[in-house]
Amino acid sequence: MKTIRIGNGCGFWGDSVDAPIRLADRGKLNYLTLEYLAELTMSILGLQKQRDPKAGFAGDFLDVLERLTPILKQQANLKIITNAGGMNPHGCAQRAKEILDKARLKKRIAVVSGDDLMPKLDAMLATQPFTNLDTGEKLESVRPRVVSANAYLGAKPIADALAQGADIVITGRVADASLTVGPAMHEFGWRWDDWDRLCAASVAGHLIECGAQACGGLWCNWRDVGDWSDIGYPYVDLADDGTFTISSDAGPGVNRETLVEQLLYEVGDPARYLTPDVVADFTSIALDVVDKRTMRVRGAKGVAATSTYKVSIAYRDGFMASGTLVLAGADAVEKAKIAGEALLKRIGHPFDRSNIECLGADACAPGVQPGAHAARLAEIVLRVSAHDRDKSKVERFAKEFAPLVTSGPPGVTGYTSGRPNVREVFAYWPALIEKDAVEANVEICS
Amino acid sequence: MKRTLSDIAHGRSGDKGNHANIAIIAYTEAGYDWLRKNLTAEVVAEYFEPMQPSAVERFEAANVWGLNFMLYDILAGGASRSLRIDTQGKTLALTLLQWDIGRPRNLKAMLRKEEKPT
Repeated sequence: MKTIRIGNGCGFWGDSVDAPIRLADRGKLNYLTLEYLAELTMSILGLQKQRDPKAGFAGDFLDVLERLTPILKQQANLKIITNAGGMNPHGCAQRAKEILDKARLKKRIAVVSGDDLMPKLDAMLATQPFTNLDTGEKLESVRPRVVSANAYLGAKPIADALAQGADIVITGRVADASLTVGPAMHEFGWRWDDWDRLCAASVAGHLIECGAQACGGLWCNWRDVGDWSDIGYPYVDLADDGTFTISSDAGPGVNRETLVEQLLYEVGDPARYLTPDVVADFTSIALDVVDKRTMRVRGAKGVAATSTYKVSIAYRDGFMASGTLVLAGADAVEKAKIAGEALLKRIGHPFDRSNIECLGADACAPGVQPGAHAARLAEIVLRVSAHDRDKSKVERFAKEFAPLVTSGPPGVTGYTSGRPNVREVFAYWPALIEKDAVEANVEICS
Repeated sequence: MKRTLSDIAHGRSGDKGNHANIAIIAYTEAGYDWLRKNLTAEVVAEYFEPMQPSAVERFEAANVWGLNFMLYDILAGGASRSLRIDTQGKTLALTLLQWDIGRPRNLKAMLRKEEKPT
């Protein structure tokens, strides 16, 4: 039976730039996927594009592509699927082409676009309310502050691009799992209403989309990882019958624990995992142990996809800064709290929101497991954050950390990296749009 | 000796906007049965009460011995707006795994075991 191997070498923008090179080199892949876009990455890329029309994509991809060129010469059939295009997939493709030309590599690059709804947003508002999925509010209330609105496209345009002979597919916003479903649909020619196989490929894509998280990264039994310096990245061998095995190119591989932790990662109802391609039932699958570092997944059942795409909208929401200082010596936590409160009070005006944390004593889940040991800690990191719609207020806040080095309690240190950065906040607005209101485009870049 | 949830289960947590999900996965079938009875949505809601989730919902994935909890509005604004160090609730699973489980009668049947190829 025909199988194809799809590996994911990048789980987010900021992930290892070596992992994709190693995975492509060692993995003997048919397809290398590279996932760069988190929920709010698009808003940052959108602003970059406003400043520079040639920018607005995940620049790391270009470095990775350049380093992949020797491997692309050795493995002529290796194909790459990536959402690195962000808010400017055409610009990204142009730069990618320059890199390939320089390396004298003849590759066909396809661009998938149409996810960016900003150009037609106001026209769309006439028929699509873009109701906030969490709060039920209508988008009108924040419309003037919206900076980006992207539909999560599915696997269809990726499969179409591959059918047109693409070697490298660069997309904007597509659902992460669809980066895997696209090549599967192209290779096997499954029907677009074969919900069980679409579910299987979506489970495969979901498992590998966060890179090392499937094969040792974040694993609760972390002592069993062994050599952390080469953790490994995951790949699936997907078969025509919709079963697949999953393993990795190094590190501890994939076992029941690493697999299930990732299966349920960032999932709501596991019986109804919504993608643009299918409604996947994660409770339908069965797992077999193939060997110490390989698992098999079978029995996937899906039902018909919904009529809507998810839309990720970002809108301007003021400014934020966070800074840290270290307090050491006796009563470190008590001194940190006093210093944090003094810092906010000295500024003389309140913020829309502020927060004082003692990193090391009950900061990650405040109040849930109050640490009785906090009073005995010999040092603590004080972290103070502020958020306000007035940028000047947050800038003033950022200037108030350094003075504590001489005017705070004894044992203050750790002010070495300068004033905290003031950054613009983009709030997240999840919504839906009817699929027939969105047109996905596939173009071959020549 | 104090026994915690981490003795009979592992897990992972992450964000969905301002909500967090916590997956708790039993090491054995006996452990899953115990979790289903004892680790209810109400118990999890009470445990995380200081972080004020607006609601807690539990989903079952019996095929992988997993319980998945949605903790709504727990992330103080989520990835983009939270002023907390753990903006995305990445550590919440480990916090829940520190839950004191007392002394379950068939504890031995719930502990982690090595698994052979099938």
